[in-house]
Amino acid sequence: MNFHLTKEQTLFEQMIKGFAEKEVKPLAAEVDELERFPEETVEKMARVGLLGIPVPAELGGAGGNNVMYAQAVEELSVACATTGVIVSAHTSLCIAPILESGTPEQKKKYLPRLASGEWLGAFGLTEPNAGTDASAQQTTAVEDGDNYIINGSKIFITNAEYAHVYIIFAMTDKSQGVKGITAFIIEKGTPGFTFGKKEKKMGIRGSATSELIFENCIIPKENMLGKVGKGFGIAMKTLDGGRIGIAAQALGIAQGALNETVKYIKERKQFGKPLSAFQNTQFQIADMQTRISAARLLVRSAAFKKDQGEKYSADAAMAKLYAAEVAMDVASKAIQLHGGYGYTREYPVERMLRDAKITEIYEGTSEVQKMVIAANLLK
Amino acid sequence: MNIVVCIKQVPDTTEIKINPVTGTLIRDGVPSIINPDDKAGLELALRMKDQFGAHITVITMGPPQADNALREALAMGVDDAIHLTDRKFAGADTLATSHALAGALRNLSCDLIITGRQAIDGDTAQVGPQIAEHLDIAQVSYLRKLDYDGKGTFTIERTVEDGYEILETEAPCLVTVLSDAYPSRYMTVKGIMEAYAKEVKVWGFNEIEVKEEVLGLKGSPTKVHKAFSRGVKAAGELYELDTDEAVGTIISKLKEKFII
Repeated sequence: MNFHLTKEQTLFEQMIKGFAEKEVKPLAAEVDELERFPEETVEKMARVGLLGIPVPAELGGAGGNNVMYAQAVEELSVACATTGVIVSAHTSLCIAPILESGTPEQKKKYLPRLASGEWLGAFGLTEPNAGTDASAQQTTAVEDGDNYIINGSKIFITNAEYAHVYIIFAMTDKSQGVKGITAFIIEKGTPGFTFGKKEKKMGIRGSATSELIFENCIIPKENMLGKVGKGFGIAMKTLDGGRIGIAAQALGIAQGALNETVKYIKERKQFGKPLSAFQNTQFQIADMQTRISAARLLVRSAAFKKDQGEKYSADAAMAKLYAAEVAMDVASKAIQLHGGYGYTREYPVERMLRDAKITEIYEGTSEVQKMVIAANLLK
Repeated sequence: MNIVVCIKQVPDTTEIKINPVTGTLIRDGVPSIINPDDKAGLELALRMKDQFGAHITVITMGPPQADNALREALAMGVDDAIHLTDRKFAGADTLATSHALAGALRNLSCDLIITGRQAIDGDTAQVGPQIAEHLDIAQVSYLRKLDYDGKGTFTIERTVEDGYEILETEAPCLVTVLSDAYPSRYMTVKGIMEAYAKEVKVWGFNEIEVKEEVLGLKGSPTKVHKAFSRGVKAAGELYELDTDEAVGTIISKLKEKFII
């Protein structure tokens, strides 16, 4: 048993904390207020290798691991949850399925460009009528010689028009149910592939979220990811990994809210003494820190198991379920301790509460996480 | 071109506290960082490498934990690292430190030696210039900008109190760099992964040719008489006067305080 970060992870923690503080935090309020995708931050992250952390060096990545990836999403989200989810969707939802299910040619074509940040990645599973019930896919892929012709639409897609490569799921055989779903790699600019409505969201407002529309979009067969009919399995496996990223994002939001709170209660005076001198305040931050530390252990343990090649599906679900709850709880308490100021946009904690809510919803709602955890117990 | 950058691992003084009783630094729990001026020196070296191609060696003298500072430099992109460490070096003041570093540098071929101007824990600004003296090479301190013609001549802007000087010098030479001259780059993730796979050469007394009596505590003429926290000064008064009036004002103020 060893709870310590490795030497590399310790050095990485130093780097990512500095990067988040200096490059990400100063933009967080503006990105939220203007609903602006932080393209300049994406470029900076690309330069230091944050967009290809778990990709092997021979495929153009940093040769890091999933614990480091979780550290990165956490620390970025301490500063700005929008930036955290850009990296999470790119890495967990686009890079990981190509790394895990791609052919050698697909890996060689896509991973160096994704890992270097030249291209950003996205993932399209959710449809207007296929949310938690992801098996109810209505997008179709019809075989036509050397190609598939794709029709349908995907909604709530993170990184939207800023991405270049999309992992898309479609029904190749409706009669087969979930066994009729196949995954494809689709590039931006493919004729018939356009963007629909851009969502106006409660939180993570700087992240781009749009509808993807496919109208007679012709995709060559070599862009099929995995085998025909194996798409649902790829989607579920991808989301298992994605949950580590979102759990890390939730953890980061919670840590960010606590950091702001600790700073504030030392400065703010009422009844002649700082808020931090009141025992109620001390008990509140003690609870917040305890829950954050527990969430961090769950997140790191899930990431560590993934790195070791062990089963981690239920671990990732528990990490996401718990970290998302902690993010909501801590951000809400943070506002309470800030009082009226906390409810204004002068202070970052109100943004953090708005950002926290999505972590209970995307990449599987908290209810879905409970289904995964329970299924693991009952099998 | 061969560039050697000398760095020091220092406590992060922005997070340091002073023991009010003894007046000494409380180092427990204070993170260690690469001295900010030295980090700018690393950045200068890395930019030279990017532009002209260069082999960069980073060297530090310090206890075993100074290895972390070398790994950070490797993760930023330097090629080689040397850790100068030996019980015989312990307790060194700036003179003994510069003797040890100069000894190590004699083992290396260097066109350009870069040090920071001064360390934030000692603030002496002596080690760089002393190394240049021991090696008998040209030195330019307080560098704010360096240009290289690609053929062995450096054009350097050196900060002075009310402006800067432009100097030209040939390799080999030593420069001491100001922290804000070259804002340093981040370590890359790939660099971090590779940093611990690289070898850090550990050199002790036996690896350098320096007389034992000039090293460590024995070779250190500096004795610390007393360390104390600087008291808070009241804000000064500002007068804008011509010279005659200014002299009169100063004299009357000095008399008022019974200094003259």
